[in-house]
Amino acid sequence: MKALVTCKRVLDPYIKARINADGSAVNLDNVKMAMNPFDEIAVEEALRLKEAGSVTEVVAVSIGGPKSEETLRQALAMGADRAILVESDQDIEPLAVAKVLKAVCDEEQPGLVLMGKQAIDGDSNQAGQMLAGMLNWAQGTFISEIKIDGETANVTREIDGGLEKLSLKLPAVVTADLRLNEPRYASLPNIMKAKKKPLDKKPLADMGIDTAKRIEIVGLSEPAERQAGVMVDSVAALVEKLKTEAKVI
Amino acid sequence: MMHLGLSDEQQLIADTVREFVRNEIHPHEAQVDRSGEVPEELGRHLTQTVQSMGFAGFNFPEEVGGGGLDQVSQTLVERELGRGSYALTTFFPRPSGILMACEGEQRERYLLPAVKGDKFDALALTEPNAGSDVRGMQCYAKPDGDDWIVNGSKHFISHANLADFVIVFIATGEEQTSRGPRKLITCFLVDRGTPGFSIDKGYNSVSHRGYHNCILSFDDCRLPSSQILGELHRGFDIANQWLFGTRLAVAANCVGRARECFERTLPYTVEREQFGQSIGKFQGVSFKLADMITEIDAAEWLTLAAAWRVDQGLEANREIASAKLYATEMLARVTDEAIQIHGGMGLMDDLPFERYWRDARVERIWDGTSEIQRHIISRDLLRPLES
Repeated sequence: MKALVTCKRVLDPYIKARINADGSAVNLDNVKMAMNPFDEIAVEEALRLKEAGSVTEVVAVSIGGPKSEETLRQALAMGADRAILVESDQDIEPLAVAKVLKAVCDEEQPGLVLMGKQAIDGDSNQAGQMLAGMLNWAQGTFISEIKIDGETANVTREIDGGLEKLSLKLPAVVTADLRLNEPRYASLPNIMKAKKKPLDKKPLADMGIDTAKRIEIVGLSEPAERQAGVMVDSVAALVEKLKTEAKVI
Repeated sequence: MMHLGLSDEQQLIADTVREFVRNEIHPHEAQVDRSGEVPEELGRHLTQTVQSMGFAGFNFPEEVGGGGLDQVSQTLVERELGRGSYALTTFFPRPSGILMACEGEQRERYLLPAVKGDKFDALALTEPNAGSDVRGMQCYAKPDGDDWIVNGSKHFISHANLADFVIVFIATGEEQTSRGPRKLITCFLVDRGTPGFSIDKGYNSVSHRGYHNCILSFDDCRLPSSQILGELHRGFDIANQWLFGTRLAVAANCVGRARECFERTLPYTVEREQFGQSIGKFQGVSFKLADMITEIDAAEWLTLAAAWRVDQGLEANREIASAKLYATEMLARVTDEAIQIHGGMGLMDDLPFERYWRDARVERIWDGTSEIQRHIISRDLLRPLES
């Protein structure tokens, strides 16, 4: 079974996001970028499924500019077998992402699509669900565990108030939550091999997909600054402060 | 054509090591600096992680199980490791290049396990009365049949506390030269636990707390000739052939550390307000930033260019000395200015800057003092002009 795994290039999560002076967008000029951390978890899980013998090939996909090739090389250096870059010079919305991925799935015919539950830039958390809908495949979102058993994927989902276990008929789309695994580092031998692994490029413009914008960004603002905390020296002092200052008890 | 960019592989190597330092090293460094110790389990975990990443022995050729990286790539790894605490990055296995001189059975016993990260090495040159004047060493070995009987001591031996074996330079005789008698030096491989050989805790250093230096003592220690690394009396030949790597590594470590220090300082100059505006808007601070980044970039190019010369098979002794000299002195200035920008808070151990500043001090001393580097550089310039 082939696994398709998505890898979005986003702002490095360790870097503080800054909004452009005109308030139109987050500044990405000369800023360190990285693979979306949830996608990194998806790549790791695909590799583990391959090591367990459930998956035979891991194909990494990204939609973005030429620099997204670096993100795909990282997936290859982690151990993915080959990569596909859908070349687009602008950031496209989740619906368009789902359409593009559907086109890739139609061509590649994977048995399983693994995605991050969301990208840490837009935080939309929509592409995976919409892709499953368009493909008319089973979906398991926010998964913290996956086991493949023949034609079935047994997944555990992290939902409000607990865990939900689902059996999905393959092919299926799953989206990774934080606790699914801890991604490996790229290994030196795989880094040296990554260059030789195939990386196909397809211009988005040639795919005949409507990627017109449907969402207008009205404004962006920084989150409210958090006040510095204080250390209290006893539980009694904590209770006192909760009563008199925070007024929550 | 002049090409100054990194290859995709080199970029990935640097990014991977940087991520390793960020995830595995940074969270522990303040505690390690305060306690002066690395918990054994943490050290083991770090080494195992590096082994699983296939980065152990990255500085060795593939035919002996190493990473087979060119000198520029090795320098990039060292640069990124420089961002982290020395006490912790020492568990990133990269044995002394001099082990390439191992022959026959020595390869199985020392070279191969060291490259894998299964055995740790240390290198011992310095003695209480032999610092820059290395040949003035008093540690000596007397022949006894096919064996050697060693007496004397070594000090400032970095991370020998972790070493399974130590590469030790010992005087094995004297020759007459036109400038008077000169000691002949031989390099030996000495296992921890060899009778008559002890490794003891050294001094408490202001720099790199948690990274220990040790005192080695030899008391009628018997070493068979099979423990000689390279040839008898030719210890400095192999040292000269392989030890350039450590000076290049020090330069690269300093560049990485300065970059880390700068990247942690820059946002503060935007966030910190005095007199109603960001302090970065005051020329007194902004010009410091300009000087710091210029010096960091200059040191980086000097270091990478020296590594590039090694890869091209060009003479690089002077260039490596220049890189080591400039990068170590640059780090002193950059860490000092970072503290100045942070003001009083820069001196407190809640922030890493006082540690960076303390750590920087040793860089101008170990692996050849700044004065020795200047000597190497000027000798290289003047010798061809002297008759």
